[in-house]
Amino acid sequence: MIYRENGQFKTSYAADQQIFPIVQDRWAMLLLLVVAFVGVPLLSSEYLFRAIFIPFLILSLAAIGVNLLVGYCGQITLGAGAFMAVGAYAAYNFSIRIDGMPLLGALLLGGLSAAAMGIVFGAPSLRVRGLYLAMATLAAQFFWDWAFLRIKWFTNDAPSGSVSISHLQVMGWPIESPVEKYLFCLTLLAVFALAAKNLTRSSIGRQWMAIRDMDVAAEVIGIRPMFAKLSAFAVSSFYVGVAGALWGFVHLSSWEPAAFSVDRSFQLLFMVIIGGMGSIMGSFFGAAFIVVLPIFLNQMLPWLGELVGLSISTAAVSHAEFMIFGALIVFFLIVEPHGIARLWSTGKEKLRLWPFPH
Amino acid sequence: MMGERVIGDVILDLRNISLAFGGVKALTEISFDVREHEIRAIIGPNGAGKSSMLNVISGVYRPQQGEIVFHGEHFARMNSYKAAKAGIARTFQNIALFKGMSVLDNIMTGRTLMMKANLLQQAFWWGPARREELAHRAKVEEIIDFLEIQHIRKTPVGRLPYGLQKRVDLGRALAMEPRILLLDEPMAGMNVEEKQDMSRFILDVNDQMGTTIVLIEHDMGVVMDISDRVVVLDYGKKIGDGSPDAVRANPEVIQAYLGASH
Amino acid sequence: MAFFLETLIGGLMAGMLYSLVAIGFVLIFKASGVFNFAQGAMVLFAALAMARFSEWVPGWTGVSSPLFANSVAFVLAGIMMFVVAWLIERLVLRHLVNQEGATLLMATLGIAYLLEGIGQGIFGNDIYKIDVGMPKEPVFVLQNVFEGGILINKEDFIAALIAALLVGALTLFFQKTATGRALRAVADDHQAAQSIGIPLNRIWVIVWCVAGVTALVAGIIWGSKLGVQFSLATVAMRALPVVILGGLTSVPGAIVGGLIIGVGEKLSEVFLGPYVGGGIEIWFAYMLALVFLMFRPQGLFGEKIIDRV
Repeated sequence: MIYRENGQFKTSYAADQQIFPIVQDRWAMLLLLVVAFVGVPLLSSEYLFRAIFIPFLILSLAAIGVNLLVGYCGQITLGAGAFMAVGAYAAYNFSIRIDGMPLLGALLLGGLSAAAMGIVFGAPSLRVRGLYLAMATLAAQFFWDWAFLRIKWFTNDAPSGSVSISHLQVMGWPIESPVEKYLFCLTLLAVFALAAKNLTRSSIGRQWMAIRDMDVAAEVIGIRPMFAKLSAFAVSSFYVGVAGALWGFVHLSSWEPAAFSVDRSFQLLFMVIIGGMGSIMGSFFGAAFIVVLPIFLNQMLPWLGELVGLSISTAAVSHAEFMIFGALIVFFLIVEPHGIARLWSTGKEKLRLWPFPH
Repeated sequence: MMGERVIGDVILDLRNISLAFGGVKALTEISFDVREHEIRAIIGPNGAGKSSMLNVISGVYRPQQGEIVFHGEHFARMNSYKAAKAGIARTFQNIALFKGMSVLDNIMTGRTLMMKANLLQQAFWWGPARREELAHRAKVEEIIDFLEIQHIRKTPVGRLPYGLQKRVDLGRALAMEPRILLLDEPMAGMNVEEKQDMSRFILDVNDQMGTTIVLIEHDMGVVMDISDRVVVLDYGKKIGDGSPDAVRANPEVIQAYLGASH
Repeated sequence: MAFFLETLIGGLMAGMLYSLVAIGFVLIFKASGVFNFAQGAMVLFAALAMARFSEWVPGWTGVSSPLFANSVAFVLAGIMMFVVAWLIERLVLRHLVNQEGATLLMATLGIAYLLEGIGQGIFGNDIYKIDVGMPKEPVFVLQNVFEGGILINKEDFIAALIAALLVGALTLFFQKTATGRALRAVADDHQAAQSIGIPLNRIWVIVWCVAGVTALVAGIIWGSKLGVQFSLATVAMRALPVVILGGLTSVPGAIVGGLIIGVGEKLSEVFLGPYVGGGIEIWFAYMLALVFLMFRPQGLFGEKIIDRV
């Protein structure tokens, strides 16, 4: 089947407003879901789940959250890691302090706590922007880094802030093996990604983008900057918080505050820049890139080094990683601020017209 | 819809408005009114305070002194949100569209105040959110038809030529279904053909939708042709007010425009 | 009282060091509107270069005098900073003219990663030391006023002196030289400066060079105090609240801001820390700057921005 929309006429606005208005895209999406839910679990090894798929899914969720704020609402954040931490530690506290707290409940409550914190630390955005806001979000980062390390109540008096959680289950189904964890994360991600897509194509999403593109004009048509910005902070932090809780509960199972340091915040921001600001799909690309690149370099560089007779240390690999990330950030900001997602859609656009480009 | 165009009562009354930036006086004790259904023009040389005046009406600037009465409601301190809620819409001199969004989405933002679905409903495209979205989409399509921009509805506005962007800017304001529409140099930088199109749209809006219009324009031909009454500003002060003919005959206005010594 | 004064002076000294890094921020922000998150990476890079060159020079030249080694290393590190500045202008800034502040900020984050990677790739990633002969032993002063006197680190004192000298030199440079005037013109208005024939690109290179040199000085001082290691890059994070507090466009602001933050951190840590578990220095500075920001967004000495539509 050639990628074409010829002959696909829309007879209602409802049909035109679908997420994937082109039939081929819908099939592709369905295929992707089948592969993700059935194919991957059947074919993958435990290593792939632990090292790639589960981190990818969770970081994608976090990247979607950051993208809603940075890409859609135009508010910069350098403190996403802190909101992951808030989500993780809040979920932890809800699950150990309340008897019989179900896993999903703890995760969602963790997300809600992060959302509340997002509103608090997002409040400066009403008065300041750009790097001043960056500073406010960094303040959140350093404050929570400190709080989870030093305030013992948060970690149930565990030394060094290290906490752990085990025996995860959802309504009697255990979430223990890598496959179960993978499917659990995948299901959550699918629901949350769909919700994010819906938000961005409804009134609230348009309000965010309006604030991003031209805030004075947005106010004049009746958009309240306070509502738009704080709702973006809240929703974004909610996503990031749930991702943080998943990272702690499902991926790490025991963790300490360093898991959510400022480096994590930068990493999330980089995913959004590389993947594509203002694109839900871009969040996936960015997360995939950031998860896979270090593994790829770790395998490839020593091998390449051997070819030319050099031995490449792990330190050198990590330096190369730094350099490549740095260079890519600069490259994408200069050449394609909409990231891999835009490259993707440009490619699709070409394909739609191929082989007659005019 | 076509009816006799009847100029009604005063809908917008500006009383003694003064505005200053630091020590610079932009507007000094300006009063004038706008009647329902009329087309009211504000003219004056560059830097006369015309845009400041629109910014005061739409709540972007807060005047130090004065009062705005709109539809019988008194506003000592107008802000953008209150203005939008009351039914005041505007366009911008240097197009202020949302560059990253499509034409359709830009115009849809004009409906924001009328959309009531909550966040959760929107997130799950739930009944009310979905119905609302479709209903407003239909309204917006009417505006798109009216402005003859069907072919570009999915195009990001950043890619459009200037003249079309101006039209989208107008569309976004119209989507608010305003009682009064403020147009800040809607024809600046256009060629003759585009100006004719824009004039036609403005007259149609006024005629068919009964919208009151306040506009700033430099092209005197257009102003004299389409407006019912004209206010003339110079150096932040009002120097003339009346029908186009009366204003044209006003010696102070002539002096301001010919640049005689002050 | 003596203890309080000691803490205060310790804070002032630390503050001076923050100021050094902060000045680098301010210079670049003034001239190019870029908030340079890579300033910390530049400090690390410069310090690494200095440490390693001073180690390698005796081997290369056969001259074992530490003075000689340090001087050559200083020159070489300075040259490297010039090259870095030139490359940044060439490869990054030039292509991002007229972009939004947030985009530029993210770009400098990219530069920071790049510099950290390259710096450690070339110079290694262990802990190195810089020994430029700074005295390490503490001295007691004011013994006749207080019992036991006040303990001061000579090293801190010299560092503060160097910082003050650097600031003086920068001020002279800005006020008295033609390049300095051009810099101020560019800071005021890019387009106007360009239209009277000031070459924008060259000015940017110069500013980044100057910022590179301040990074080098800061790197040497911090490095000889704490050793050269990766964590040096994080001084940028410590200096961020300083510039916010002092005002982004003001060199005096960077100094005063640095002192306030330095003192605030130390005092809060000593007098408030014990009640809340300690380690509050880092976020305390941020909270201080943040609270301040709410009331005076342009900082202590920054220029007020008036938005006109």
